[in-house]
Amino acid sequence: MAELRQKLLVLYLSNSDLGSSVCGWAVFDGTGKETHSSGDADESPYQSVLAAMRDGWRVIQFPQLLPQPTGQEYSTSFMRYEYILEKLETIDG
Amino acid sequence: MDKKYLLTTGQMAQFVADGFLCFDEFIPAELNKAAHDVFESKNFGRFKQGKPLFEAMPEDHPVGRIFRLPEVQGITHSLVGPDPLYDHHAVHTVPAGQKHGQHWHGDAIIDTRTHFDIQYFYFCHDTPLEMGGTMILPGSHFRQINTVDIGRYQNFMGQHKFVCKAGTLAVVHHGMWHCAQPNRTADTRYMFKLRLNPMVRQLRLWNTDDYESGDWRGALGKTYRWMGNEDRLEVVNHIKLWRFLSGDKKFDLGYWLSRLENMPENLLEAS
Repeated sequence: MAELRQKLLVLYLSNSDLGSSVCGWAVFDGTGKETHSSGDADESPYQSVLAAMRDGWRVIQFPQLLPQPTGQEYSTSFMRYEYILEKLETIDG
Repeated sequence: MDKKYLLTTGQMAQFVADGFLCFDEFIPAELNKAAHDVFESKNFGRFKQGKPLFEAMPEDHPVGRIFRLPEVQGITHSLVGPDPLYDHHAVHTVPAGQKHGQHWHGDAIIDTRTHFDIQYFYFCHDTPLEMGGTMILPGSHFRQINTVDIGRYQNFMGQHKFVCKAGTLAVVHHGMWHCAQPNRTADTRYMFKLRLNPMVRQLRLWNTDDYESGDWRGALGKTYRWMGNEDRLEVVNHIKLWRFLSGDKKFDLGYWLSRLENMPENLLEAS
């Protein structure tokens, strides 16, 4: 019997606009068909979140727009514009 | 130290912006072979942490000979001074047939200093793409993270793999994000990492003969696509580190800090 599994695509954008360009990406495949790790691709699978949506990916997390903490206005850390998208894929149960 | 071995101002500016410098085929073949032999022997030896480098690392040890080369001492002197402390080393070993890349990470723990340590990455044998090489994210060295916080990241625009010939030596800011890459060959891959701590104020330790030319300013403004909207904040990080290293407290690029520092207190005189 066919079952559904979640596949996640994480896109890091250059700003909060879903159409802005991709700075980084990651893929996590719950179907077990693919395994991904650091440095496994030179090109992003999509140029933007919007392009991924047009290919059937559903956005399930938006990054919040939070002001920098006082005193740390100019410090940098994690990728700020992290969007998480999913597809549900069928596997043979 | 003969000035000819020191880094130029241009190279220092490149280090500040990119967080690394790479010297291709820099170490002589005879030392590369000696180093490879000792890595293969699994009998590398231990050095005393927190001791001056050349007290900790014996002169007759293959890597002791490498880091005493005047060309290497010149790099060390330029970045952390002539007599830094040995922090630690690691003989990073990626077995043949390793299929997965290591998690992205930063070494040690969150480090908020402007003062910085350096890490040497030394490749004693040819490291083609199928052998992986170590991957870094140029320009990531100011990002405040704790080790494998960033483990869910996989790829970035502008990530850089050290695909290199034997004898290549890279020197990297301690904050650089990096990870080992898969080794799809039948041979074990080695990368020797050495961390050094400064023991003097990091102030104009390099060859400043080209400072007045200003030709290095362009290198300091370099940014990468992965930075996106935060690229200007990274330039501010470059400016702040350059002020620290050069002693020029008013140094600026693109007026980014001068604008923010303009807070006049003088009152307009009544006419």
